[in-house]
Amino acid sequence: MSKSIKIKRGLNIPLKGSAEKVLVRLDKAETYGVKPTDFPGLVPKLNVAVGDKVKAGSPLFHDKYRPEVVYPSPVSGEVVDVRRGERRVILEVVVKADGGDNVYENFGPALPEALTREEVIARLLKAGVWPYIKQRPFGIVANPSETPKSIFISCFDTSPLAPDLDFAVQGEEESFQVGVDVLRKLTPGKVHLGLSADFPPAKAFANANGVEHHYFTGPHPAGNVGVHIHHIDPINKGEVVWVVNPLDVIIIGRLFLKGVYDATKVIALAGSEVLKPRFYKLISGASIESIIKDNINSQAQVRIISGNVLTGTRVDKLGYLGFYDNMVTVIPEGNKHEFFGWIAPGLDKHSASRAFLSKLIPSKRFTLDTNMHGGHRAMVVTGQYEKVMPMDIYPMYLIKAILANDIDRMEQLGIYEVVEEDMALCEYVCPSKTEVQAILRKGIETMIKELS
Amino acid sequence: MFHSTFDAFETFLFVPDTVTTKGSHIRDSLDLKRTMSIVIIALMPAMLFGMWNVGYQHALSIGATWSFWQTFWYGFIKVLPLIVVSYGVGLSIEFAFAQFRGHEVNEGFLVSGLLIPLIMPVDVPLWMLAIAVAFAVVIGKEVFGGTGYNVFNPALLARAFLFFAYPSHMSGDKVWIAGLTKGQGVIDGFSGATPLAKAAAYQIDQMPSAYDMFMGFIPGSVGETSTLAILIGAAILVITGIGSWKIMVSVFGGGLVAGLLFNTFAVNPYMEIPAWQHLIMGGFAFGAVFMATDPVSASQTEKGKWIYGFLVGFMALLVRVLNPAYPEGMMLSILLMNAFAPLIDYYVVEANIRRRMKRAKKVANV
Repeated sequence: MSKSIKIKRGLNIPLKGSAEKVLVRLDKAETYGVKPTDFPGLVPKLNVAVGDKVKAGSPLFHDKYRPEVVYPSPVSGEVVDVRRGERRVILEVVVKADGGDNVYENFGPALPEALTREEVIARLLKAGVWPYIKQRPFGIVANPSETPKSIFISCFDTSPLAPDLDFAVQGEEESFQVGVDVLRKLTPGKVHLGLSADFPPAKAFANANGVEHHYFTGPHPAGNVGVHIHHIDPINKGEVVWVVNPLDVIIIGRLFLKGVYDATKVIALAGSEVLKPRFYKLISGASIESIIKDNINSQAQVRIISGNVLTGTRVDKLGYLGFYDNMVTVIPEGNKHEFFGWIAPGLDKHSASRAFLSKLIPSKRFTLDTNMHGGHRAMVVTGQYEKVMPMDIYPMYLIKAILANDIDRMEQLGIYEVVEEDMALCEYVCPSKTEVQAILRKGIETMIKELS
Repeated sequence: MFHSTFDAFETFLFVPDTVTTKGSHIRDSLDLKRTMSIVIIALMPAMLFGMWNVGYQHALSIGATWSFWQTFWYGFIKVLPLIVVSYGVGLSIEFAFAQFRGHEVNEGFLVSGLLIPLIMPVDVPLWMLAIAVAFAVVIGKEVFGGTGYNVFNPALLARAFLFFAYPSHMSGDKVWIAGLTKGQGVIDGFSGATPLAKAAAYQIDQMPSAYDMFMGFIPGSVGETSTLAILIGAAILVITGIGSWKIMVSVFGGGLVAGLLFNTFAVNPYMEIPAWQHLIMGGFAFGAVFMATDPVSASQTEKGKWIYGFLVGFMALLVRVLNPAYPEGMMLSILLMNAFAPLIDYYVVEANIRRRMKRAKKVANV
């Protein structure tokens, strides 16, 4: 075991309602959705029309500028809807699953060792699992014509209420190893696994061959892949690193083992408004309704989030699980006034600062709602962002460079090394309620435009 | 129509019901209102002691012996108008600007508005105070865009304005004690001079005891005299994490280093004063805890805060001891370092950029 890397700066937000380690096998949902909005910067072109029959693995849409990157249907069935938003932007492509077992598009099994890099890429693209590979900088779907200097997989998630990934990958050891073998074909460099040093990792991770194991300990965002990259093999200008979620490595592995796009994964349903928070085995893109059913507090007005509370996407009951998400969180809406809240002692209020009495109860778990807890202000307080940013980066200066649209400065201050999730805690702690993640994405979009 | 004004009063009563729309779905409970409220709470010991001390010093000057409540009441009646004028003028301007710009009213002035009376001599004429506050808010803050954009600490700017515009009302032996400028009282042998003035005149033997200076039984600006009360405030700021302990510690450190240097190379009685005594004289402690720590006008990088604080403390003693024109150096030192804070940050951030470039070059050379 190599030496562990200690992450000092960060913040664990202790929320109520973490998922119990009970695995529920979910029946097939009625409908499944694939959302182009899960892929920042993507301009989708439809491959199907309403009424078309599809198999699991049939492309639903592709990237307008990179037509070889296709986005497949996770199940077999019939395309029943293409939901559009403002200016006819495609929001969701909905597939009604047919009953019984999935009918798969067959790509034929293959051993990654026996294939060339080009053949591996062609296979990943054809079966539509390519989008599971994301690139840094920018946190967008990787460009198949580039070669990354290394590939990172973060095998633990430290975000609030995050699912225990060790539990989620149980029994998938073989698929994970094959997935890793596939990734090893893609880079001349190394495949790095980021593991938690605090408890022994799952067999799938610990016994994975052909990878570098790295151990991390500390508060969130210690589990963020961006933090791992920063400490192990930081991204310089012009360099590219690819990242894959462990659950998605398994999906890639299955493609080579079984020759099909089997998007089955284990996710957590968590949050204070969930009656029985637990793990679910389901197919990616399942409808939220099929996951939560009547397992949430029906008295309260709730917010359903695909993903975690810091970076997830707001969905409603009729929405779908996000492409990369490994959890669904349900928390109360906070649309209520609070009398003299700014001076109340705040025993039930969570804060990174020590300005509330709740700090006196260190083991307390909180029920946090979606209230902003204050109005938007100019940036006044300093030093808060740095406390939750375990990278050698000045977050406030970076945000200000983006607001000033100063491209050189953004580059110098390290915009290549961060994506939204790495700065989500800055947004959480900001007393001026600055929309850090939205600003950062705007900066990243500017950089993408500038570099293309 | 008067949306900003309505909003300011509504949010005063209630934390608003706005919910997150994008980005993080949950947010820290801390907002600027609470941040500023905690600073105000931290100022309370200094303010209450200041009120009492105003009465106490007045009683001394007229040779009277007053009960505690009599003393406090006298000071209260003297200080309250300063606070009312400061808030009245400042907040009116803030509200007007917020209304004009269509912003919410920023809470920043809630702190500045209390700081200003606390760093004034108690006998400052109210009309003067009003002008100073208006100057600080308009020229010091609003022309830059409001709280968060200002270069200089607004409260100190108000004081500096009066210091240079009406020096006779801001220094000397009479202004520090209520009533003296109007020719009231003064029993034999009483001097209204502050310890700083006495030290500058080399009347070291006439200086109050270190105990009196630490407790604050000395003439001076309303809130600055009691180091003890200020330290209670400092504890509140540091425990809650609202004030930067790095700046506080480094200001005191800088002052101590400068004081020790003076001791080593002492050529006059003022330079021989024990270094630690400087920290409890004049506005040093108040400046270190409440003024230098203003996050907007201080250094914004953590490394920069150490440098900034150290230089504030160091320069304050430099001005105080070596410059005969200014009895107190804290105000000018902080304002000077406010101007240099962006430069300090520039070098700290530049070092970060250079590290990144070096890393990139190393990779390129391999």
